[in-house]
Amino acid sequence: MADPKPDTMDYYKHDEVLDIDYTPPSENWMDIKYDPAFYERRAGSWIYTTKKQHIEYLGMPNPHDWSPTDEDWGLPDNWKEIIFNGIRERLDKYRSFKIFMDCCVRCGACADKCHFYIGGGDPKNMPVLRAELLRSIYRNDFTMAGKILGRLVGGRKLTINVIKEWFYYFYQCTECRRCSVFCPYGIDTAEVTMMGRELLHLLGLGVNWIMQPVASCYRTGNHLGILPHGLKDTLEFFAEDIEDVTGIEVDIPINQKGADILFATPSGDFLAEPGTFTCMGYMMLFHELKERYGLTYTWSTYCSEAGNFGLFTSKEAMKRLNAKIYTEAKRLGVKWIIGGECGHMWRVLHQYMDTLNGEIKEGWKEAEEPKSPITGTVFENAKSTKMIHITEFTSDLIKHGKLKLDPSRNDHLNVTFHDSCNPARAMGIFEEPRYVIKNVCKNFHDMPPNTIREQTFCCGGGAGLGTDENMEMRLRGGLPRGNAVKYVHDKHGVNKLACMCAIDRATLTTVCEYWAPEVDVTGIHELVGNAMVMKGEKEQRTKDLRLDPLPGFEDAEDDDV
Amino acid sequence: MNVLSSLVVVLALILVVYLGVDKAGLTALFGTVLPYVAIVLFLGGFIYRILYWAKSPVPFRIPTTCGQQKTLPWIKPNNFDNPHNGFGVFVRMVLEVLFFRSLFRNTRTQIVKDGPKVGYASNYWLWFLAIAFHWAFLIVFVRHLRFFTEPIPEWILGLQAVDGFIEYGVPVFYITSVLLVVGVAGLLVRRLFSSQLRYISLLNDYFPLFLILGIALTGVLLRHYVKTDIVSVKEMTMGLISFSPVNPEGVHVMFYIHFFLVTCLFAYFPFSKLMHLGGVFLSPTRNLANNNREVRHINPWNPKVKLHSYAEYEDDFRDKMVAAGIPVDKE
Repeated sequence: MADPKPDTMDYYKHDEVLDIDYTPPSENWMDIKYDPAFYERRAGSWIYTTKKQHIEYLGMPNPHDWSPTDEDWGLPDNWKEIIFNGIRERLDKYRSFKIFMDCCVRCGACADKCHFYIGGGDPKNMPVLRAELLRSIYRNDFTMAGKILGRLVGGRKLTINVIKEWFYYFYQCTECRRCSVFCPYGIDTAEVTMMGRELLHLLGLGVNWIMQPVASCYRTGNHLGILPHGLKDTLEFFAEDIEDVTGIEVDIPINQKGADILFATPSGDFLAEPGTFTCMGYMMLFHELKERYGLTYTWSTYCSEAGNFGLFTSKEAMKRLNAKIYTEAKRLGVKWIIGGECGHMWRVLHQYMDTLNGEIKEGWKEAEEPKSPITGTVFENAKSTKMIHITEFTSDLIKHGKLKLDPSRNDHLNVTFHDSCNPARAMGIFEEPRYVIKNVCKNFHDMPPNTIREQTFCCGGGAGLGTDENMEMRLRGGLPRGNAVKYVHDKHGVNKLACMCAIDRATLTTVCEYWAPEVDVTGIHELVGNAMVMKGEKEQRTKDLRLDPLPGFEDAEDDDV
Repeated sequence: MNVLSSLVVVLALILVVYLGVDKAGLTALFGTVLPYVAIVLFLGGFIYRILYWAKSPVPFRIPTTCGQQKTLPWIKPNNFDNPHNGFGVFVRMVLEVLFFRSLFRNTRTQIVKDGPKVGYASNYWLWFLAIAFHWAFLIVFVRHLRFFTEPIPEWILGLQAVDGFIEYGVPVFYITSVLLVVGVAGLLVRRLFSSQLRYISLLNDYFPLFLILGIALTGVLLRHYVKTDIVSVKEMTMGLISFSPVNPEGVHVMFYIHFFLVTCLFAYFPFSKLMHLGGVFLSPTRNLANNNREVRHINPWNPKVKLHSYAEYEDDFRDKMVAAGIPVDKE
């Protein structure tokens, strides 16, 4: 057998990964070199660069093919001027940027709050130092003290080495905002990382795992580049499995004008297990609501993605990808919108969408303040955006007894819940998902308080870092989460990690396999789909949405075969 | 290195004022001119910095939410950690500014070799030292208003009485004097003994600590050990505040040292990290309500971008859509 490569889990021995030394090196951090040898040595902790074609397609600056292991990164001649102008422009545009550059006192409260620092020990993954990477340049060239005293007061000159360092560390931040919870001034490293990445994009430096989805999403409506007929095939395939499990043929409304609701979710749920099972859960839920209460919904091919890798790129990219949601809601004439289970997507929908694209709503005649016609609940909190989270919707249905549920079907599961970073710290949706889970599963145990809710730990793969070539950082960054999962597994026998994020469903699968191998990952609406007793379904389900037999039916004959 | 340079700078400042006053007799420079310069720098710099920040807009509403959002009527929202209205924001800011709410959350993360691999312990030391230092410094500052008022208002005298309630020593020791020294020294020790903190600390971090420690210690010396002519001092401070400065004889050089270090602090303040005093009020992750979906937040420079319209999308994929039986706008 060939030796495992750095992009596979087997390459990393637990003992070696856990041999973490928090003692900083003796070398001053400003003097460390990020040359080709560094990047070669650190394979497994950086991400492949964007292919030229995607940058060209999006019309972004300096498209070129390059690699961090090259000596020459192909920067434009006036790269320094570009960066300085870029910093100046962003200082003028964002008060947050100015405040976060000026106010840090280096108290160190954030230092051990970052999952990458906890799991890796690299001092530049302390949020404070990650910000200093940019702050040192700001200090040197944009403040009086720095201009006069330079390095003496923490300034440093902008060199190619700085750019090479930025590329490494601004793609080692998942923009999870955990540090910002603990900072006495609310300094948000996500904001700093966003600025850093925007500056790098001005030089044509980005990573393919983000930019290919951005380009695909702009063209096809979703990150994965699924074409309209492909989406239909996928949903039909899911419908077959649902019929197999329940005996019910669910509708697949696509681009239906005049539906009550537009449903948009991350496209990851169309492609990869276990997200696909969550997608089936959505389809079953909406079918059931139509059968019982006449509520109609539609998928959209143009808006076949509500996730937004533009968030990890630039405000402009985010706006371009996000615009299709309101555009499509208006075109289809729905009343309001429901968004599926996704993390960063909800940061965009909650904190950015209305600001960026709110004017598209003008002329959307059918738009209404979201009101569940089934329960009569008015979602006043989404009065302006007209978009609510699926667990806000489902928890309301359950609270009013509008779904018939048989949680005993999930009795073989012992569930815990991972709060995804963005819904937790950029929204505060803690109780709704827990309420839904507790109503469809009898066995639920939360992880320790320092690892959930606003203090939740990232999966290690957020903000576009969830790709295999970044495996070492994913495993290291996943340590705090994996460890907490292991803890509730050992203590309470937890065997299922529920989450409401497509990136989580993909990356936590790896994290659990490595750090808590007895636990696997599920979306919330997969659990709902399994527990929900649908109108007219077969008398006795014998398997779950994964087509695994339910307890007691292990030997049952598959009647379809 | 940074530690040493900071200490040297502070000691040099002390030496300068000692030589200047004791040897060269430059009492007018250190007692009048520099204090006025410092106060101008402080006020001007402070206002300039606030305006510099305020000039940039807040394009997005980006609160860091640390509690349950307000949604369904039967779910209790946490309005202080995740404010949904102005009142919630006010309380959140009060808790942050007066009680250091976020620092209070601080934990210490450790890798535990056996058992669970990562452990979290609550860690109130930073919070305690910070709150002791800041509150003590504020009260000490307010107490000093007795040098700038005549007659001294009752409430300042009251504050002094409360602060000196242990009634130990003649004159009595103030609790805040002790807390101030303990707080600053503790923060300094913490910075020196944690290898991580040492790695990130700059001259800009050590210098204010040494400076304030110098102020506090010279203050204690002045009050309890190096007695100076307090009447002359008050004559001087009242002269400054009434813009008719005098530099009476008989003021001990220790007072000039104390006073000059304070002068330096004022002058240094607006150009340093100490401006977090103003910045904390303007931090967009703390001072905004999390009502994004309820009220549209306007960005004054909302970028103009190129969009891929539905019509273009349908043009690109119409054949495939029609073949798959997906409805289209233009057949």
